[in-house]
Amino acid sequence: MNRIMVWLPLAVFAILVGFFFKGLTLDPREQPSALIGQPVPEFQLTDLNTGQPLSREQLPQQPFLLNVWASWCITCQVEHPYLTQLSQQMPVVGLNYKDTETAAKNWLQKLGDPYAVQIFDPTGRLGLDLGVAGAPETFLVDGSGVIHARIQGEVNQRVFERQIQPLLETFQ
Amino acid sequence: MIKSMLTAGLMAWLMSVAMVTHGAIETYQFDSPEQEERFRQLGFELRCPKCQNQAIGDSDAEISGDLRAEVYRLIIEGATDEEIKEFMVARYGRYVLYSPPLDRQTFILWFGPAGLLVIGGIVVALRIRRSKHALEQGESNA
Repeated sequence: MNRIMVWLPLAVFAILVGFFFKGLTLDPREQPSALIGQPVPEFQLTDLNTGQPLSREQLPQQPFLLNVWASWCITCQVEHPYLTQLSQQMPVVGLNYKDTETAAKNWLQKLGDPYAVQIFDPTGRLGLDLGVAGAPETFLVDGSGVIHARIQGEVNQRVFERQIQPLLETFQ
Repeated sequence: MIKSMLTAGLMAWLMSVAMVTHGAIETYQFDSPEQEERFRQLGFELRCPKCQNQAIGDSDAEISGDLRAEVYRLIIEGATDEEIKEFMVARYGRYVLYSPPLDRQTFILWFGPAGLLVIGGIVVALRIRRSKHALEQGESNA
């Protein structure tokens, strides 16, 4: 009994150190999405480029990335070249979030348009249904329209290899 | 004279700064004072998904403004507080609730601190009793 009591504080301390150590590598800004395993919410919006109505049924029938971006978003510019590169590999659907048509079109004209489809969501309605807290955010959607991952912030090679690639492999 | 002019100038500047930081002040029209009170209360209970620790009623973040507008819309449409919270949790996860519901996942969160306190109390009580006991024995030996 006494021997246990002597070691107890050390044990408690070790457990705390374990938690704190884990905490060092956690990013509190990264929250699990409530939509993992859920289908992309329904929406009735327009295509930014054509102005035609756009709904969930018109999204790609194969695994794709849904990238939430805006012309006012600096990090979106940073990740844009990498997304352009990725678009060779799999479709990237754009969700233009809380933007204006002119600003969004100018942005795409200047930086290039790698997007397979561009959903225009000026009020952020679909963004809200997706639980988007800010741009950029990127969702990995499988061929049947179910969301498998949410990346908050920049998508780059490292993020792709760690968070997207392993899930993509499970689709096949 | 100069001093008062300076003061007036400073005041004007401060006021303009205050205006800028507040940006657009939202005005919501409610049908009843109860609705307004519910709006205010939900503003305290829902957490801004972008900020680390701020309620949506207390945050200037863009998303908080959007969520306030959403809470307003839902209240006007006649949703109950429970429905509004469910709506938010379905989109932003449990993170948005400042007061998480009690269930298996949140059990430790709710009872962990009290449990630790009880364990600590038991340990202290045991120690005191034992040292008292030892003391008494020591006295009887003397």
